[in-house]
Amino acid sequence: MIPEETALAGLYIHVPFCKSRCFYCDFYSVTDTGLIPRFLKALFKEIDVYREEFSGFDTLYLGGGTPSLLALHQIEALLEKVHKTFTILGAAEITIEVNPADWKKNDLKALQGMGINRINIGVQSLNENELTLLGRRHNRGQAISALEDAQAAGFTNIGIDLIYDLPGQTLAGWQETLNQALDFAPDHLSCYELEIKPGTPLGQRYELGEFPYPSQDLMREFFMRTSEFLEFSGYIHYEVSNFAKGMERASRHNRKYWDHTPYLGLGPSAHSFKAGRRWWNHSSVRQYLDDLAKDRMPVEGSEELTNEQLHTEALFLGLRTKQGIDLERHKLRYGHDLMQEKGPVLEQWGREGLIEIEGGFVRPKRAGMAVADGLAQL
Amino acid sequence: MEYIRNFSIIAHIDHGKSTLADRLILRTGVCDVRTYKDQMLDNMDIERERGITIKSQAITLPYQAKDGKTYSLNLIDTPGHVDFSYEVSRSLASCEGVLLLIDAAQGVQAQTVANLYLAMEHDLEIIPVINKIDLPSADVERVIEQIDAELGLDPDTHLTCSAKEGIGIDDILEAIVRRVSAPRGDAEAPLSALIFDAHYDSFRGTVINCRIFDGKVRSGDTIHFMFNDSIYRVEEVGHFLMTRQKREQLEAGEVGYIIAGVKTVSDVSIGDTITLEDRPCAKPLSGFKEVKPVVFASIYPIASDDYEDLADSLEKYKLNDAAFIYEKDSSVALGQGFRCGFLGLLHLDIVQERLEREYDLSIILSVPSVRYRFTLQDGTELYVDNPAHYPGASAIEKSEEPYIRAAMMMPERYVGAVMSLCMEKRGIQKNMNYPSPSRAELVFEMPLAEVIYDFYDRFKSVTQGYGSYDYDLIDYRESKLVLLDILVNGEKVDALSQIVHRDRARARGVQACDRLKDEIPRQMYKIAIQGAIGGEIISRSTISAYRKDVTAKCYGGDITRKRKLLEKQKKGKKRMKMIGSVSIPQSAFLAVLKSDKD
Repeated sequence: MIPEETALAGLYIHVPFCKSRCFYCDFYSVTDTGLIPRFLKALFKEIDVYREEFSGFDTLYLGGGTPSLLALHQIEALLEKVHKTFTILGAAEITIEVNPADWKKNDLKALQGMGINRINIGVQSLNENELTLLGRRHNRGQAISALEDAQAAGFTNIGIDLIYDLPGQTLAGWQETLNQALDFAPDHLSCYELEIKPGTPLGQRYELGEFPYPSQDLMREFFMRTSEFLEFSGYIHYEVSNFAKGMERASRHNRKYWDHTPYLGLGPSAHSFKAGRRWWNHSSVRQYLDDLAKDRMPVEGSEELTNEQLHTEALFLGLRTKQGIDLERHKLRYGHDLMQEKGPVLEQWGREGLIEIEGGFVRPKRAGMAVADGLAQL
Repeated sequence: MEYIRNFSIIAHIDHGKSTLADRLILRTGVCDVRTYKDQMLDNMDIERERGITIKSQAITLPYQAKDGKTYSLNLIDTPGHVDFSYEVSRSLASCEGVLLLIDAAQGVQAQTVANLYLAMEHDLEIIPVINKIDLPSADVERVIEQIDAELGLDPDTHLTCSAKEGIGIDDILEAIVRRVSAPRGDAEAPLSALIFDAHYDSFRGTVINCRIFDGKVRSGDTIHFMFNDSIYRVEEVGHFLMTRQKREQLEAGEVGYIIAGVKTVSDVSIGDTITLEDRPCAKPLSGFKEVKPVVFASIYPIASDDYEDLADSLEKYKLNDAAFIYEKDSSVALGQGFRCGFLGLLHLDIVQERLEREYDLSIILSVPSVRYRFTLQDGTELYVDNPAHYPGASAIEKSEEPYIRAAMMMPERYVGAVMSLCMEKRGIQKNMNYPSPSRAELVFEMPLAEVIYDFYDRFKSVTQGYGSYDYDLIDYRESKLVLLDILVNGEKVDALSQIVHRDRARARGVQACDRLKDEIPRQMYKIAIQGAIGGEIISRSTISAYRKDVTAKCYGGDITRKRKLLEKQKKGKKRMKMIGSVSIPQSAFLAVLKSDKD
């Protein structure tokens, strides 16, 4: 069955530069910002490639890496290029990720002027020691200024990224960070559990035994308390790691990833999806630049998803979101009647308080989201 | 015959037996470096990985000695585990001498002694060889002292070598020629040949390895297997070099192979005597024993669709393993499968691993059991090797279980520990003596059921690897037996049931619940595990629900990575059997038997 494609696609642009690598991060980025002009040139070329294939978008997301390493005029030029090439709906959600060390109030105002209407600030923590531990290049003061500046600049859709379950962090310490974040009444919060990645500086410290790995019970405690507290404070826990002040504040762009809406990812390592096909660019910036300079597609790989694979994805993605799985829609789109195939397991999960089956939907409850990977094994 | 030497290498595990065999093969030029594969004699993957030899093999090495004559040195490789001790004894019966290999760093170990005694039983020339002299930790002087004091051998007879570095190999070959006696036998007498191994060749059928004691055999002869009482016509005889080398005939003193249109290895018994039909020898060679399985377990496919594949694979596997037996079986919890018999737990492990590896099957083995004997109220006698067929307490007049006689050797200092282990295993001490001042021999009679479980591991552990043992089945003895059932979330899992001694039932139940708690991974909800005897719950454990998994990010648009991870996890889950709503891993079924004392 071919997935429906009535929804408009999302556009993602990956800016693969960081001034320095954070100690926990294993995402792809390079620190040689001298490559930025060449990168933009290549990116423009890549934009042209998709002129025909993708006509309209209703979300645009500038992520990274660190998009706030670009100069304002470069952002402006990039947006102009995108607008010239594609149709971006007037009501589109246009998001940019910002490192608190980079832009000040006036810069942020300028971004607004360019039509960027959603800002996501990589705060990560509001505790000085934790920021040092994470290897962030901003301090607590800069994080707070960034939040104030974003508000002062007139952004009405502000998101904050936070990380919890840090080495030595207590529930009380995390609560403190959350309280301070809520003082700014952000529209959106992404609260990520620290993933300890082998090979990263922080991962190595764990491997050396400098920090104990968190227990499952503690991890659960962090997760449940975060969810309870933020929901109590008026946020909707709409996805495992994401909270929004009302569903209209949930990231429209990210939601496309979760329900097989088409998306186009540009820049090194970006992924795209359309008509049951997913493809992804080389992560290496050099390779990306080289390919485009020689008029080659910078695509590293692609796959045609079988119906079974789409079904598997829809299950695990759906079970990560509060909205859950629309049983009727799932049956029509992927050809699987979940209640018929997995009824006993789903009912058992229902009895265990992990999910609820109601109104034609299967929805994870809070305790279910805590074990979303386990639910995904359905 | 004067120019033949039949010998074997015996050693404690990892003392370098296979490496030395490879060296001898390379040195005598049977195979050159180009075709040299590490440890050529151990050619099954499992053998190589576990570092043990499972089947006996033989290879003929042509060697020109310093006296200018060319000798045929027949190297007979032997298995190294108690499950296969009968095969070892038949291999040694085919030799005149052995190289007793001792690691220069580790010194004399349990199997060194056990193997020495086996060799002595067969009256073989023993050449002590100290290996690994190149190691920095080598202590040759100490090993020489041990050869004298612990083994009671003349320390002046030792040789030294490094099989790895190829040092001392020539001296070993010369010593084989000079010290191992040439085989004796009468080529003109009626044929008598000892079968010490057989393996299956998909083109030629069963290839029989044998030692000719008297007479000769050539293609076209009609041969008689004396124990099996079967008749075959010889198609081909020859020697093994790296491959089969066809010969006109095999005669007294030689080691070689016979191909005679024998369909499966099960048609051949290790230890049987081959003679000629028209001119038979007076009596078979001594030492024949029929090998019977003593441990039984059921094998089920994890996915019931694989049943036919499993049936085919067992049929094929059986072609090359005469000791393995099987028949159809079914379980309420696990569906259609097969009841199988094994020589011991190692044999069982090997069969399981080969089925999975060579036939790509995912299988579950039920809890292993011995064969019990029940006399029912109505007087009928019933043998039960499958707890699912337990007749029920009220129907039973008398219960009996098989007993063994175990002979154990160990340095004196471990006697106390071994005795208490044997008592714990319901053993009865029969004998104790000191063959040499520091070494003790203990003889116990014990229920076989106690021995198959974890006795081997526990014995090795309490003697710190210095003990060795061997056992023989003796008889059935009356015993108070009950059926211990295991319930997972209230559902009885028949494949986990065991027949146990009444006095041990509670301990076993507790142990099974504890082990299952460790083996069954946390799942999405709480799982109760209970042990029960006739409906009465005697033990219980709980596996708490999965609490949290790493779910932080779903990387931008990279859903592919997440899906692939999930597909991999789901594949891993295929190695588990769903019983009711609980996934039970393969390992759980064997684990219930293992105690947690190690």
